[in-house]
Amino acid sequence: MSGIDTATAATTRTGAVGSRRSGGRRPARTDAAVGLAFVAPAVVGVIGLGLVPFGFVIWFALHDWNPLIGEFTWTGLDNFTRLAGDDVVWGSLLTTLAFTGLLMVLNISLALFLAILLNQRLRGITTFRAFFFSPVVVSTVAWVLIWGYLVADNGGINGALSTVGIDGPNWLRDATWALVTVVVIQVFKGVGMNMILFLAALQGVPPELKEAARIDGAGAWRTFRSVTIPLITPTILLVSIVTMIAAMDVFVPIQVLTSGGPGRSTTVISYLLYQTAFRQNDFGYAAAIGVLLFVVTLALTLVQWQSRRRWVHDEV
Amino acid sequence: MRSDVRRPATRRRPWSSVATQAALYLLLAVMSVPFVYPTIWMVFSAFKPAHEIFAVPPRLFPQDWTLDGVSRIFTVTPFAQQYANSLYIAVVVTIGSIVVCALAGYAFARIRFPFRNGLFLMLISALMIPSEVTIIPIFRWVSQLGLMDTHWPLIIVPIFGPQCVVGIFIFRQFFLSLPGELEEAGRLDGLGRVGIFLRIALPLSGPAIAAVAIMKFLNSFNMYFEPLIFLRSEERFTVGLGLTQYQDTYGEAIYNTQIGATALTIIPVLIVFLFAQRQFVEGLARTGIKG
Repeated sequence: MSGIDTATAATTRTGAVGSRRSGGRRPARTDAAVGLAFVAPAVVGVIGLGLVPFGFVIWFALHDWNPLIGEFTWTGLDNFTRLAGDDVVWGSLLTTLAFTGLLMVLNISLALFLAILLNQRLRGITTFRAFFFSPVVVSTVAWVLIWGYLVADNGGINGALSTVGIDGPNWLRDATWALVTVVVIQVFKGVGMNMILFLAALQGVPPELKEAARIDGAGAWRTFRSVTIPLITPTILLVSIVTMIAAMDVFVPIQVLTSGGPGRSTTVISYLLYQTAFRQNDFGYAAAIGVLLFVVTLALTLVQWQSRRRWVHDEV
Repeated sequence: MRSDVRRPATRRRPWSSVATQAALYLLLAVMSVPFVYPTIWMVFSAFKPAHEIFAVPPRLFPQDWTLDGVSRIFTVTPFAQQYANSLYIAVVVTIGSIVVCALAGYAFARIRFPFRNGLFLMLISALMIPSEVTIIPIFRWVSQLGLMDTHWPLIIVPIFGPQCVVGIFIFRQFFLSLPGELEEAGRLDGLGRVGIFLRIALPLSGPAIAAVAIMKFLNSFNMYFEPLIFLRSEERFTVGLGLTQYQDTYGEAIYNTQIGATALTIIPVLIVFLFAQRQFVEGLARTGIKG
């Protein structure tokens, strides 16, 4: 086989054969060795620092483990029965879902809106693109620290509101506003990335299709709704899955801005996990919480992935 | 055909009319405020006396310009040391990641080897595991190995751990798009697999290297959760962790110092971003994942 292939590769002048077969005239065994050697660092690393730790998390969840007093004892499913009856965990799961849902709605609609604005032919439009994108390159800690000053009780936002006669709440210390405030700050931080992905998708919509809709008498809104939106649904699916996974893990803004408060109003799951493990030294229970977080995130991802047949263009 | 030509023109006229354009600029300018104002406020507030930070009514510009805040940045915490820590960790992670990701990405795109698809699927699925979850066992191993309060976990985990998968994916997509004829020429010149990779494929992969380098450098330089878990002593802190210390340890009195230190971490990144905007936007958009 390899001899015939070599002959073909040597006599053909197109090069297409050579590019289709990655083997070339090198013996397959050398290729196999080189290929495995090339991927080895990454594969070993991902197994050792991703998959194996994940297996250990499940193992730890079956133990009581407090490194401070050197305790590590098998407790079977105790951590999971405790989890099932723990109102704090379920409350924080609800908080996480509220955070994620609100963030997705705000982020995706704002990203799409900004992408549409940036898709207009205007002089200097790339400057605005840079403005909207710039928080993406800034560190989350720095971004939320600065916003923390602006949304403080006597900070810039309330100062601006007071000039128009509105007495703003203490955004991060008010149980009704704290979560919403963190979501909004986080949306401004990350929306630029989704905006760029949407912009690329919008620019990929063939002008002929929009033109055809127009000739059929469709107005601008109708064309957008019936032509543009369906054609960018694959990007909407990708963006919403990625945004959701990131939101389910949110930690830094909570830690820096609210420490989970006031009360437990912003205690999301990953913050609860951090507190349980690294503040209360209850690592076994924290591992069980981690398993819960993973299962919920995976389930929501699969739901979105399965839903694609209903609304994503070109999916059957 | 005629209508084909005319219609885009009638369509474009409303947009080009001065009023619509002005309205559009106004809308864009208003929408920019929450993205740009915090940075501007930060720069000016670094030069305010601490009590002016929360002055009523709020002002953008300092009433009394002062260097009090800025001058304390490097004295109240080992900020210069923390900054150096973050820089060297980010550089090592970036270089290490480019090596690991380029090798694996090339192999997945170009070399036929056993279990290729299975291994690739495994890497992609590892992306699903939240790092907040796997950090628990990694924390255990790090303390058992006596590597707590060192930079080792902050270097090793991002280079080899599941975070490397996005970089591998970028390189793989890039090498898939590289014409096979180039490699064929190298092969006819007697280059081996490794030679083709080093002499032909890698030198051509500038855009992929830039995309991975920007992503990894920013992720590492902006890292917060992992340093919070693994580091204990101030002089080993990274810059993000250092920033929050101004708040926690010293309280109200040095708001302006914390804001100045934050500015010092943000401004260099923003300047590089403004000069290499296209590479940043396109490179990071190529990664798609991980804002």
